[in-house]
Amino acid sequence: MTEAEVWEALARVPDPEIPVISLVDLGVIKAVAVEDDHVRVEFTPTFMGCPALEVMRDRMAEAIAALGAVPEIEVIMDDSWGTDRITLEGREKLREAGFAPPAPRAAGTGAQLVQLQRAVHRCPYCGSTDTKLENIFGPTPCRSLRYCTACRQPFEQFKTI
Amino acid sequence: MRARARTELLLELADDELILGWRDSEWTGIAPTIEEDVAFSSIAQNEIGHARALYELAAADLGTTADELAFDRRPEEYRCAPLVQLRRLEWARTIARHFLYEAADALRLEALKTSDDAELAGVAAKIDREEAYHRMHAELWIERLRASEDGAGRLREAVEELWRYALGVLDAEQRPEYARRVEAAVGFSLPEAEPVERGRHEPELAELLEEMTMVRRSAPGASW
Repeated sequence: MTEAEVWEALARVPDPEIPVISLVDLGVIKAVAVEDDHVRVEFTPTFMGCPALEVMRDRMAEAIAALGAVPEIEVIMDDSWGTDRITLEGREKLREAGFAPPAPRAAGTGAQLVQLQRAVHRCPYCGSTDTKLENIFGPTPCRSLRYCTACRQPFEQFKTI
Repeated sequence: MRARARTELLLELADDELILGWRDSEWTGIAPTIEEDVAFSSIAQNEIGHARALYELAAADLGTTADELAFDRRPEEYRCAPLVQLRRLEWARTIARHFLYEAADALRLEALKTSDDAELAGVAAKIDREEAYHRMHAELWIERLRASEDGAGRLREAVEELWRYALGVLDAEQRPEYARRVEAAVGFSLPEAEPVERGRHEPELAELLEEMTMVRRSAPGASW
């Protein structure tokens, strides 16, 4: 078994809450190492209170077991996951599904916050930039709620982390 | 930061986040607006997520589990600051506590992120990324309350009442910088106050723990 085969299998595992993107698109897999029939995955979770974390871990383990290997999923609890890890393909899939992708992470937390409120967020439905923040928080920890003044459509914005 | 054992520090942080998360969750379903209902529920979920990660580190050191640390200790064993124990289901006090806690937590996380303990520094950095959104939420509310005379008056009354509790979240050497930041945000001078230190247990804490552990105690050893 090769690392490429493992990545391919993990690319077929959907995110439990936003199934249009895979765990590989989401960028939560930091590294894959294959040693004989043993596969070790470094998993860097999104939000610490996200209830989908255990589901992600279990589904990765199942996908690896289905290849006939023994999975070992190591959870990495540092700040190595950020929304900049979402792949270009993943961002496109989010947009198509009606989520505005996250803005790029800026250097420094302070600068990031000021920018976040002023950054242009395009409506995923009509493309207008005439949108406003309704709520920093949303249905899951990773999302904010925005409203498009042009087409009067509320939509979800992936937070920049 | 005051020298203390790593597990003691982890439990202080985790207990603060767990108990505040529980208090925040008390707004679920009854917040003054639907957006604030969503906001406080989401903040609660984040805080409890942070508590879990911190309890897991402490549990590895102590040879126990995160759930046992969160739910099976006696009330007097909790190390959370009295500020988070208070039950204040009143909006100005909720916002004041939220703001005061986030401002203190920001200072604490800044110090932890530079810790020699790589595991602790990593978790602190990850927590801080999420707390940035809590701070933004709290700061927007401070601005909103300050924008009207009624709001400014209520905010001031709440901050003055809670300030002595807020001081207890941080070690003494961080308090002057904390006071400076809070005064800059609220726009008035804080009262001289005797800090309500960590280690004190408000009567509300035992009530909270009674409710929080009810299901777990009703079926010991059950798995969910």
